[in-house]
Amino acid sequence: MIWLRLLLAGGIVAPVLAGLVLTLAMALRPEASGFAVAGIATSLRLTLVTGVGATLLSVGLSVPLSLWLLPKARARAWLAPFLAVPHATLALGLAFLIAPSGWLVRLVWPLDLPPAIVTVGDPWGLSLMLGLVLKEVPFLTLVTLAAAAQHLLEAHFAAGQSLGYPRSQIWRQVVWPMLYPALRLPVFITLAFSLSVVDMALLLGPSHPPTLAVQILRLFTATDPDARFAAARLAIGLLLVTGGAVAVWRGAEVVTARLLLNRLRKGMRRVPRGAGGAAIGVSGLILGGAAVLVLALWSVARRWPFPAVLPEQMTFVGWQQLVWAQTAGETLLIGLAATVISLVLALIWLEAEDRSGSRMRGGALIVITPLLLPQISFLQGVAQGFLWLGVPAGRMAVIWAEILFVFPYVMIAITGPWRAMDAQQLAAAASLGAGPMRRFWRVKLSLMLRPLLTAAAIGFAVSCAQFLAVLLPGAGRVQTLATEAVALASGADRRLSALYGLVLALLPLLAYGLALGVPAWVHRDRRGMRGER
Amino acid sequence: MKLILAAFLLGATPAMADWAETLAEARGQTVYWNAWGGDPRTNAFIEWVSARTEAEFGVSVQQVKLSDTAEAVARVRAEKAAGQIEGGAVDLVWINGPNFMAMKDEALLHGPFVAGLPNAAGVDLSEGAAATLDFTVPVEGMEAPWRLAKFVFAHDSARAPEPPRSMAGFVDWAKAHPGRMTHPNPANFMGATFLKQALVELAPDRAALAAPATDAAFGAQTAPLWQWYDALRPHLWREGAAYPENESVQAQLLNDGEVDIAMFFDPAAPAALIAQGVLPETVRVFVPDAGTIGNISFVAIPFDAAHRAGAEVVANFLLSPEAQAQMQNIEVLGSYSVLDPARLDDAAKAAFAALPTAPALPRLEDLGATLPEPHPSWMTRLTEEWAKRYTP
Repeated sequence: MIWLRLLLAGGIVAPVLAGLVLTLAMALRPEASGFAVAGIATSLRLTLVTGVGATLLSVGLSVPLSLWLLPKARARAWLAPFLAVPHATLALGLAFLIAPSGWLVRLVWPLDLPPAIVTVGDPWGLSLMLGLVLKEVPFLTLVTLAAAAQHLLEAHFAAGQSLGYPRSQIWRQVVWPMLYPALRLPVFITLAFSLSVVDMALLLGPSHPPTLAVQILRLFTATDPDARFAAARLAIGLLLVTGGAVAVWRGAEVVTARLLLNRLRKGMRRVPRGAGGAAIGVSGLILGGAAVLVLALWSVARRWPFPAVLPEQMTFVGWQQLVWAQTAGETLLIGLAATVISLVLALIWLEAEDRSGSRMRGGALIVITPLLLPQISFLQGVAQGFLWLGVPAGRMAVIWAEILFVFPYVMIAITGPWRAMDAQQLAAAASLGAGPMRRFWRVKLSLMLRPLLTAAAIGFAVSCAQFLAVLLPGAGRVQTLATEAVALASGADRRLSALYGLVLALLPLLAYGLALGVPAWVHRDRRGMRGER
Repeated sequence: MKLILAAFLLGATPAMADWAETLAEARGQTVYWNAWGGDPRTNAFIEWVSARTEAEFGVSVQQVKLSDTAEAVARVRAEKAAGQIEGGAVDLVWINGPNFMAMKDEALLHGPFVAGLPNAAGVDLSEGAAATLDFTVPVEGMEAPWRLAKFVFAHDSARAPEPPRSMAGFVDWAKAHPGRMTHPNPANFMGATFLKQALVELAPDRAALAAPATDAAFGAQTAPLWQWYDALRPHLWREGAAYPENESVQAQLLNDGEVDIAMFFDPAAPAALIAQGVLPETVRVFVPDAGTIGNISFVAIPFDAAHRAGAEVVANFLLSPEAQAQMQNIEVLGSYSVLDPARLDDAAKAAFAALPTAPALPRLEDLGATLPEPHPSWMTRLTEEWAKRYTP
């Protein structure tokens, strides 16, 4: 296992640590202090309000939504596309939807000039929060449902209902709190992500001043050489803010649990609430669907002035020109490389554990750390570290940086099914004379086909969605659909950014489709392989 | 060495043998041209350049699309900080003003190389000529000109037929049309240019702007500007609480009917955007009566560029009459040429004369006087002061 440790230490732990240390070293330079950043207090407030607010809202909405989806295996399938659609796509579509001259206003507004309302880029960060919530609720709902599958919940519901409590109250006050320990880490990942998101904040967030993460990116790329030291200082600041927010959240959990317990002891039977989950699910679906639809319309529009509900002239020139195909190819290449390497690493890890019969200590920490740190607090350092290592800014550096985020998700997705593998099948194979290698290739991989492909699809979707991990280590030499879609959004041609945003969503959706379709086809005459696990 | 340098600076005939050597070295290279990527037409023009230089010199061009030129400066600076002296990621960079001054001051540039380019003979490089100064900073052969830029406003003539005739006039116009006008965030080049344009018109002593901004001069010259801006700001789009990121985003707002005025650093940009269907056909260019500031866009080569010879070949090709006429074509880019008409041969003159026109394309005489850019230190300080005053 020593070589495995070395591999993970060098490939994943070292870049993250070095990135943090290099950023810290920059932050401690004296030049960092002499640099005044206007509106920094407002930026901090915006970061906290949008980051913590979006997480609270997402958790709050996921509770009724997951109750509603609990008995609906088919409806649950609708969550996957939401997970697959990258943040940049959703943010772009949402911006085209809710802008004062956006599609929603066009549907209802009678005048020729758009209303003087403030939506996208609003100074309170509401649009940004909406975007984050739309993306995080499906994630939290899915982990809630996965945690629920580990318990026999019907007994709890039956006991509660026999005492006269409605299902919604049992879920909120008994079952969901019981599941919460399994949700804690995903919630913290959501919190850290929301506090430090850059692409969504660029597209939906306020700009004057922006959130801390966007301000840091602006400073890292500013003309003034001293600005990057100030950026590093703020990046470390954001790291501390994130740590503080996690600590406060943890404290609030204890207080909330106590309050909840008190309420529970009073024994109040509340009015059943059924429609909440359905309303959240349907409105989220409509909003997300409309966001993608408006992107599709813009991508084929020629002239689409306000207040026309549909484009005046349509054209497929943008699609036919195929300029996007090269960027799509680059995204595909990077995504495949990062996913395959991550998958191989995960398999080596799990197989090594099987053979040694012991779990690797500290493994969970390696997996989770890159997801709990704000990306911007270490990625600039990572890029600098790569340069010193002799890895030139470019595709290689981007793939490596993306693995830091792809590997954790692949590992998480595959570990559960791997450890739940039917040991009898392996024993049977061994008794027939199959050695460890043969058991791995012929039995384990066959049994694991579906979870492996699902993990690959998740990893690929994570890779497609990466923005900073392309921008900083790629030094602008590498353009993926995500970076192009965001860059084009600040250009005059909305049709192009819509097209890139749409293709950006199509790639991971395709991957999810394959992950569902391929095992179904391979196992078309194996009934035992088609059930849920 | 000094003599050779002096000969270059004086624009002596380049040794043809040297250029042949550069051409030979450049063959097979891929030049990474770092250029702002927000304008698809510029991007398409760069692709055309790549095809032409590939065919003629075996040099291909790969555009690195920046959202801000400062990104390329930061990259070269990081390479230098990491001790890298060759094989740099940036071969050629589209650059201007403060970014050029920063790179020149920090010795991040290769050169002087301009006088060594055969096609530089078509450019007026005599002392004080427009192509020898970049925002009042002497170019000294460290960057090659490629396109002419001049600040203009655009208005939708259907919705706002009577735009202001002076910068001072914007206040009354905005009062009469609340929320119908804005400008890009001054952290962006175009937003800063809007403030500079106002400064040039409102400053008590315009000559003071050519010198580096001292505390005293800045205070005295900008006082009327802030007074003007305080009167203007409450009547801006979203009451001045938010600003579009750059001129392209403002063009989107103009198309959406959220504002009536946009601004560009390229007189042909509105006509080009109309042709693409991005702006309404009723959009027209206007300039204040006193004229607007203008400058020339340049390309520079970082000191550690991996493909220096290729970059020089591309910089030279950009100055060819073929490339300049292609660039000035409204159907391609519509950027005015940097070549001196007096130095063109008949074939080149005919190529320019044959270019198509468009209704929204202003004639040169409609554009008014070209006012000189203030020293770059003014822009830096304007941006900082604006951020300090108006960031909540």
